[in-house]
Amino acid sequence: MNKDMSYTGVMGRRSEIMKQAVGIDYSVFEYGKIGFDYEKMMRETGYTLQEMQEIQGQTGVGNTPLLELKNLTALARKLTPEGKGARIFIKDEASNPSGSFKARRAANAVYHAKRLGYKGVIAATSGNYGAAVASQAAMQGLKCIIVQECYDSTGKGQPEIIEKARKCEAYGAEVVQLTVGPELFYTFLKLLEETGYFNASLYTPFGIAGVETLGYELAMQCRERLGKDPDVVVCTNAGGGNVTGTARGLIKAGAEGVKIVGASVNLKGLHMASDEQFNKKSFTTGHTGFGMPFATWPDRSDVPRSAARPLRYLDRYVIVNQGEVFYMTEALAQLEGLERGPAGNTSLAAAFSLAQEMDKDQIIVVQETEYTGAGKHLQAQLSFAKENGIQVIFGNPAEEISGVNIILPAHPSLLKAKDIEMDKLRASYIKNCVENNRVTEIDSADVSFMVADSKFNKEMVLDILQQMGVTVVD
Amino acid sequence: MRRRAEGTWVRIHDIILTPEERAANLPEDTKEVPLEMWTKGFLLEEASIGDMVEIKTITGRTVKGTLVEVNPFYSHDFGKFVPEILEIGLQLKDILWGGDLNE
Repeated sequence: MNKDMSYTGVMGRRSEIMKQAVGIDYSVFEYGKIGFDYEKMMRETGYTLQEMQEIQGQTGVGNTPLLELKNLTALARKLTPEGKGARIFIKDEASNPSGSFKARRAANAVYHAKRLGYKGVIAATSGNYGAAVASQAAMQGLKCIIVQECYDSTGKGQPEIIEKARKCEAYGAEVVQLTVGPELFYTFLKLLEETGYFNASLYTPFGIAGVETLGYELAMQCRERLGKDPDVVVCTNAGGGNVTGTARGLIKAGAEGVKIVGASVNLKGLHMASDEQFNKKSFTTGHTGFGMPFATWPDRSDVPRSAARPLRYLDRYVIVNQGEVFYMTEALAQLEGLERGPAGNTSLAAAFSLAQEMDKDQIIVVQETEYTGAGKHLQAQLSFAKENGIQVIFGNPAEEISGVNIILPAHPSLLKAKDIEMDKLRASYIKNCVENNRVTEIDSADVSFMVADSKFNKEMVLDILQQMGVTVVD
Repeated sequence: MRRRAEGTWVRIHDIILTPEERAANLPEDTKEVPLEMWTKGFLLEEASIGDMVEIKTITGRTVKGTLVEVNPFYSHDFGKFVPEILEIGLQLKDILWGGDLNE
């Protein structure tokens, strides 16, 4: 035990620790200076759709109901001209064993860990994924450690995260809680090294492939029930796995015409690594603080090559404000009799707005809900916001300022999803590819990779490369 | 200070990184404070609150830290009454079904 356990010492062993803990040699998929063969990685290290359905089926994951939100649809139609207002459906993922769609990712990751002979699993997550991994570890007889960013330096914790710690412990997991800061990754690496457990990362091919069943199921449910594919599927977007997996599942179902919309809670202005601002936010996931950086640089995750690559699949990316999501959470309870967790309703808030742009005979599907409970509930979260000096008022949510106020729409017509310019995200992704790989010269295979990875047109990619002084040689 | 028996379920606290040891590129406010950790386990020897102790966690790891809580429990709840929430349902039902018809 005379290993260097200092921050720099452990971080220096990062790739070695990761290789041991994920069981994937990512270098075999890499080529050029930027690119890697994404589909080959998904094919060779993931599972087929049928295998995933079986794995998930054995632990009661998946096959969640698709519910029509008739009253919310009727409400949306009250706000639109005649002929507008798509039918809104919701995939009730809260009915998975651990209470969210994350059970799909965890089922595969934990199954895979067990198959490879690991004695336990570790995940770094403050979200529903922790509970999902803990639940699956309980079912499959593996040990489980969850590492959370939970408190500010005064020891005040986010109620939503504390609730998730409770849930993880309820499933028999050990929970390691930390104060704010990206060095969570250091603790995570130390734990992987100490225990030799599997890194049940959210971003491995098996984790992402686990969400494919969701996209596949919802296409099948729409066909059985409505005789057609949905027109739009809205996914709450944070790390990009939800969008990626769902879209891949839809494609596997042959539902290639479906428009994929990502939705995040707008936390503009709040710094995610700020101790002081940590408890000024009312959403701890599904927000732009993850959504933007992960979309524009997926490989910031805890594995060398993230399998979650949202720009490949997104047709549109919208943001909604905190007040709008809380408002829709209450609307879902009051008008549809479904009490669900606020963060999972981010896509619902967006869908309520988007449905109003669509025709009456069209279908929009919100592809998740999540469980609710103490701490993870709009009253708990709004009450916490007020205690932290955030004003909760009715008004125009477009005027909401993150960390200052939460504006609940004074009327449902004020709830408007706002578009993020996709081309700006794509351009920022290309810049990150160049800067993070520190390249001045690349080949045409790298260019093709960036085009596919961002769904940007080739001319735009070449343009940015030229502006950055990068030459393309063959 | 009351002594707690070996085997008691407790919560410990530890400093993982002092402000000087923390990563570069942190916002100023975060840079000024240490990275702290809490976890739970069974006491490996008799101790009092505030003592440096060793615990065995639920997964069997041995972890060192300061004893901060004995028989730790959760007290998060559904928050205090937020009157604004009540208005949402009432307004939506009124728009959808019209005030008094909703009875």
